[in-house]
Amino acid sequence: MRQRSIRSRLVVQLVGVAAFLALVFFFVVRGVAERAAEGTQDDILSASAIAIADSLRSAEGRVTLDMPYSALSMLGSINEDRVFYRVTSGGVTLTGYADLPLPDATPQLGVAVFDTLTFRKDRVRMVSVMRAVGPATNTQAVTVSVAQTRLGLEALSQRITNLATAIGVAFFLVAAALSLWASNRALAPIQRMTDAVTRRGPSDLRKVTANPPTELVPLVEALNSFMGRLSSSLDRTEDFIAEAAHRVRTPLATVRAQAEITYRKLQKPEHKQAIREMIRAIDESSRSAGQMLDHAMVNFRADSLAQDALDLCAVLRETCDRLRPTADLKDILIHLEVPEGPVTFQGDGILLQAALQNVLDNAIKYSGEDSEITARIEPGEWISISISDQGRGFAGADLGQLTQRFQRGANAGDVVGSGLGLTIADEVARAHGGRLEIGDTKKGIGACVSLLLPLP
Amino acid sequence: MRVFAFAAAVIGALGGTLPVSGFEVEDQRVYPGSGDGVLRIISTADLDVFDPILRAYQIENPAVSIDYTVTGTSDLRDAIEGGAEFDLAISSAMDLQTKLVNDGFAQSYASPASLLPDWATWRNRLFGFTQEPAVMIVSDSVFAQGEAPRTRDDLIAMLRDNPARFQGKIGTYDVRRSGFGYLVATQDSRNGEAFWRLMEVMGRLDARLYCCSGEMIDDVASGRLALAYNVLGSYAAARLRDGGGFRIVALDDYVHVMLRTVLIPETAQNLSDAHGMIDFLTALNTRPELVAASGLPALDAAVLQENPALRPIRFGPGLLVFLDQLKRSNFLRSWESSLVQE
Repeated sequence: MRQRSIRSRLVVQLVGVAAFLALVFFFVVRGVAERAAEGTQDDILSASAIAIADSLRSAEGRVTLDMPYSALSMLGSINEDRVFYRVTSGGVTLTGYADLPLPDATPQLGVAVFDTLTFRKDRVRMVSVMRAVGPATNTQAVTVSVAQTRLGLEALSQRITNLATAIGVAFFLVAAALSLWASNRALAPIQRMTDAVTRRGPSDLRKVTANPPTELVPLVEALNSFMGRLSSSLDRTEDFIAEAAHRVRTPLATVRAQAEITYRKLQKPEHKQAIREMIRAIDESSRSAGQMLDHAMVNFRADSLAQDALDLCAVLRETCDRLRPTADLKDILIHLEVPEGPVTFQGDGILLQAALQNVLDNAIKYSGEDSEITARIEPGEWISISISDQGRGFAGADLGQLTQRFQRGANAGDVVGSGLGLTIADEVARAHGGRLEIGDTKKGIGACVSLLLPLP
Repeated sequence: MRVFAFAAAVIGALGGTLPVSGFEVEDQRVYPGSGDGVLRIISTADLDVFDPILRAYQIENPAVSIDYTVTGTSDLRDAIEGGAEFDLAISSAMDLQTKLVNDGFAQSYASPASLLPDWATWRNRLFGFTQEPAVMIVSDSVFAQGEAPRTRDDLIAMLRDNPARFQGKIGTYDVRRSGFGYLVATQDSRNGEAFWRLMEVMGRLDARLYCCSGEMIDDVASGRLALAYNVLGSYAAARLRDGGGFRIVALDDYVHVMLRTVLIPETAQNLSDAHGMIDFLTALNTRPELVAASGLPALDAAVLQENPALRPIRFGPGLLVFLDQLKRSNFLRSWESSLVQE
C-alpha cells in the first residue's frame, strides 16, 4: 500500500495541533474569564458581608444592626440577581432570611467562608463572615451571611463561552489555513526537485544540481551517486560491447581469409560445401559484431550529437556504393533515386551512415537473387530516406516490436541476423528528432523502411 | 372576597413555609367581559383612579372580565406572599414589590411591546408604569408668590427662623402607618443629614402626621397647614386641577420619584391577559387621555432629563435594606425621637 503523502501527514498533524491548541485556548479563556467573574461576585459579596458586619453594635447587652444601604445596593450594581442575607448569633436569627442555610463551615474571625448552594429554587453563592460583638466580658459571635443568585454570572459565563468558542473556531480556521499554506511552502522544494528530475530525458544521467534544502541534501546526494554509478555502469557496458565486437571482428577477418584460401585448395564438393557454410557463419558473426559496435556507438554518440552539415544524397550514395559489392554477389541491382541538388541536413554523419547501412544491409539480406532495391530521398514535410526491396516483407508482423533490440520478424526464417539493424536505425532517427517507419511496399511486394528526418 | 382571602390564608397555613396572613379588602369591583377569561388584579390604587384604565383596556379586550381588588401596600405584600391567586399585583410600594420579586414571588415576562428604560424595570419581573414625585405643597394663604423655599436648607432655615408662624402648621406622613411615607423618608435619609435636621425642626414645631396624601392636601388647601412635606405629586396635581388654594413645590436639591409598579405573581393563571395588561400599562405614555382621566403620570424619560433634581428611586436589593426588621425599628426610633417630641 502506498504511504500517505508527506503533505497530507503534515496538514493532518498541523491541523490536529491547531485543533488541540484551539481547545486549550477555549478552556483557558473560559476558565480565566469565569474565574474572574466569580472572583468579582465573591469580592462584592465579601464587601457586602463586611459592610454589614461593620455595622453590628452591642446595645444594652443585645446585638443590634443598622445595615448600611450600600451593603445591599452594591450587589445590585452589576446585575439584577436576587439577594438574601441572614445575621445569626448563637443559632438565633437576628434579622434577614431565617430560612437561608448556615454556612457548612463556621467562619473564623477575619476569614470569609464561601458556599454554593440552592436556595429558593436558584443556585446561590453565599459568603459568611464572623464578627465578635459586645464588651470583652460578654462577646457574642455573630455570623453574617450574604447570598446572591448566579443568573447574571451564568449569563456572563454563557457570553464568555460563546466568545471563547467563536475565537477558538476562528483561531482553528486560521491555523488550519496557515498549516495548509505552510505545508505547501515546506514541500515546494521537493516538488521543484521532482519537476527537475521528471523533465529530464530517458538517458540524461547528469547530476541533479538544483539547490536542495538541507533535509533533502542526503537524498539528492544518494540520487546523484546512484546516477553516477548507473551512468558509469552503462558506459562500461557500452565500452565492453564495443571492445568485444572489435576484438571479435579482427580475428574473424583473419579466419575468413584463411577459410577462403582453404576453400580454393579443396577439391571435394562436400568439403567445399562445409567450408562455404563456415564462411557464411563467419560473415554473420562479423556482421553481428559490427552491428553491436554500431549500437554501442549510437548510444554513445546520441547523448552528444554532432551537428555536421551534411548532404543526405551524398551520404546515401556512399552507403549504396559501400554495399554494392555485397549486392552484386546476389545479382541485386540498387537503384538510387535522389533529387538533383543536395539535400542538406544538420546531423551526425557517422550515425546516419550506420543507420542507412543497417537498413540497406537488411534489404539485401532479405531480398532474393536477381532482384532490385530502390534507395530514395523525398524531401517533403519530413525528409524521407526510404529503402524498398522485393523480398518477403514483414508479413504483417508486429511492426512496433521490430525496432526493439534483438527482435526479429516472424518470417526471418533461415536468414541469420542479430535483430539489431532496425533498432540502430530507429535510435539514430529519434536522436535526430525523427522516426523510423517500416512497412510493406505500396505494391505489396517486399519491405519498405523509411528514415524520416525533420526539415532543418 | 374576604372568604377568598381567608381561603388564601388557609392555603398559606397548609403550605407552612410562607408567612401566613390574610389581607383586608378595601374595595372591589368586577368588570364583566363577554368571554370566560378573568383577569384578577390586586392593587393599592383606588378604584376611581384605575377605573378609566380598566375600562379602556376592556374596550380593546372585550372578552376578558376584570376583577379588581383594592388593598393596602402591606396587605398586598402579605396576600402575594401568602399565595393568594391573582394575575397581577399593582402597588405604589416599590420596596415591597422589589422584595416580592427578590424573594421569588413574581414571574418573568420578557415584554416585547415595551422597551422600558432600565431604571423602570427590574429582572423582567417588575415593571414601572408611572413616575410620581414626592413634592412639597405650600398653602396660598400662608406663602406669598415666590416666598416658598427652594431647597431643604432654605426650608429648615425658614422653619427655624419663624417658629410662631409655622407652629402646628406643618404636615408630613406618619411613616409608621404609610408605606409611601416610609419609602420616601428612608430615601431622604440616604441623602445626608438635612433630612434629620428637618425632622428635628418639624418635631419642634409639632408637625401633624398624616396617613394619606389626600388629607394633607385638603388641610393645605384650606389653609389649616402652611405646608406639607413629601406629598404624592400626582395626587396634588390632580387636586390642583379641581380647585386651588395651594402650590406644588419641587425642591431644587432633589426630588424622589416613586414608580408605581406591576408584577405577575407566581400564582397567576391568566398569563396572556396579564401580559396584555402590562404592555397596556407600560405604554400609558402613548394615551394622554388616560393619563388625564386617571391622574397617573406616565413614564416620561424626557421629564427626568429636563430636571436633574428628579431622582427615580432605583430598583435593586438596596430597597430591601429598610425592610430589614432591625433597620426599620432603628429608623422608626430615630424618626420618632426627632419628630414625635411628646
